[in-house]
Amino acid sequence: MIKKIYFQSIFFSFLFFKGAFATESGGMPQLNPEFWISQIFWLILTFGTMYIVLSKFILPKISNNLESRKSQILENIEAAEKQREVSEAKLKEYDEIILKSKSEAKTTFNQTREKALKDIMAKKEVLDQQIDDEINKAEKEIEVLRVSAPDKINKIAIETSSELLEKLIGSGVNSSSISAIVDDLSKRNGDKYYGN
Amino acid sequence: MAANPMSQFDVYRIGPEIKVGAFDISFTNASLFMIISTVSILLVFNFGSKRNSVLPNKIQLLAELSYTFVAKMISDTAGSKAKPYFAFIFSLFMFVLFCNMFGMIPYTFTVTSHIIVTFILASFIFIGVTIIGFIKHGIGYLKLFVPSGVPAVLLPLIVVIEIISYLSRPISLSVRLFANMMAGHTMMKVFGGFVISLGLVGGWLPLSFSVALTGLEILVAFLQAYVFAILTCIYLNDALNLHH
Repeated sequence: MIKKIYFQSIFFSFLFFKGAFATESGGMPQLNPEFWISQIFWLILTFGTMYIVLSKFILPKISNNLESRKSQILENIEAAEKQREVSEAKLKEYDEIILKSKSEAKTTFNQTREKALKDIMAKKEVLDQQIDDEINKAEKEIEVLRVSAPDKINKIAIETSSELLEKLIGSGVNSSSISAIVDDLSKRNGDKYYGN
Repeated sequence: MAANPMSQFDVYRIGPEIKVGAFDISFTNASLFMIISTVSILLVFNFGSKRNSVLPNKIQLLAELSYTFVAKMISDTAGSKAKPYFAFIFSLFMFVLFCNMFGMIPYTFTVTSHIIVTFILASFIFIGVTIIGFIKHGIGYLKLFVPSGVPAVLLPLIVVIEIISYLSRPISLSVRLFANMMAGHTMMKVFGGFVISLGLVGGWLPLSFSVALTGLEILVAFLQAYVFAILTCIYLNDALNLHH
């Protein structure tokens, strides 16, 4: 494709040349050799100067700039990476601290709770003891009362029955015989009266 | 002057006639535009390389983009061996590009529209590439004309064709650039002349054509500089990495 274009352009340019040579007056100024030497001279001068200045001073600077920018960017990326790592480590540390303090708080809470529970238990025990003592005491009193109650009832029964007999019969009856009867009765019905 | 579309290519003397021996090296409008192009290239790239900020400004970006563009072009076509010739190809590309682009400004002179200028550049490339080839490969550089895998019967013909194609390189390289520039500028001048001659009534059509042509010519100006540089790279690749 490119070669085809070359040859075509060469061919057409030859046609052009021919036409240009044919018309002397209005020909192509390009083919007038009057200033060829001047153009060659100035071309070599300007192009050579430009080439030397570019290759010696300017292009090395540009390549240097590009290189240094590249390395600087790489350095910055590296530094950023490092910073990221540091911050990650810090974050980890922070997490650890948080975790540790959480567990600490938990243990403290547990300990305190246990202690409080223990206190409560101890107090409860003491109170229970007191209550038990009270109950025991009351039971003992009741027991005492219960034990003493039949005797009193017997006594009342004896008195009442002797009074009744006195009123009925008109004379005193031997109290010892009455008490013997009352005792006998109370023993016989003891289960009925006291439920024990 | 306006009537003849070729008069824009006239070279005329500016200032006195300077003669060195029998040679006339007077300062002409061609010399003026060579100097303008060269000085602008040097200014652009000087300012583009002065400061090295991490965030480049516009001119620095321009210089660095051109640098990487040409560097990529060379490494793509001629490989890493062509690195020592980077500066030459870079200046060549920039010179042709700036000359073409300055030619697009009205009333300027297009340096590259002269066959002698492009021919000197092309023959310099041709001679340089040939010398590099012989230095790198000695007499083995002639193997370039004998492609491998060609039947023995066809070989004499192929070798002749290869030699002709090799020798026509400077001509094709120079004529391509010169003819493109000349044809484009002539055409623009012709259409410009139509605008004047057809006047307010019929001038709009050639005017719109001229506008379109200007865009096309700017594209051609860049493209021809690029083609010139890339063909130089291809020739250099032939000389550096001999494999056909």
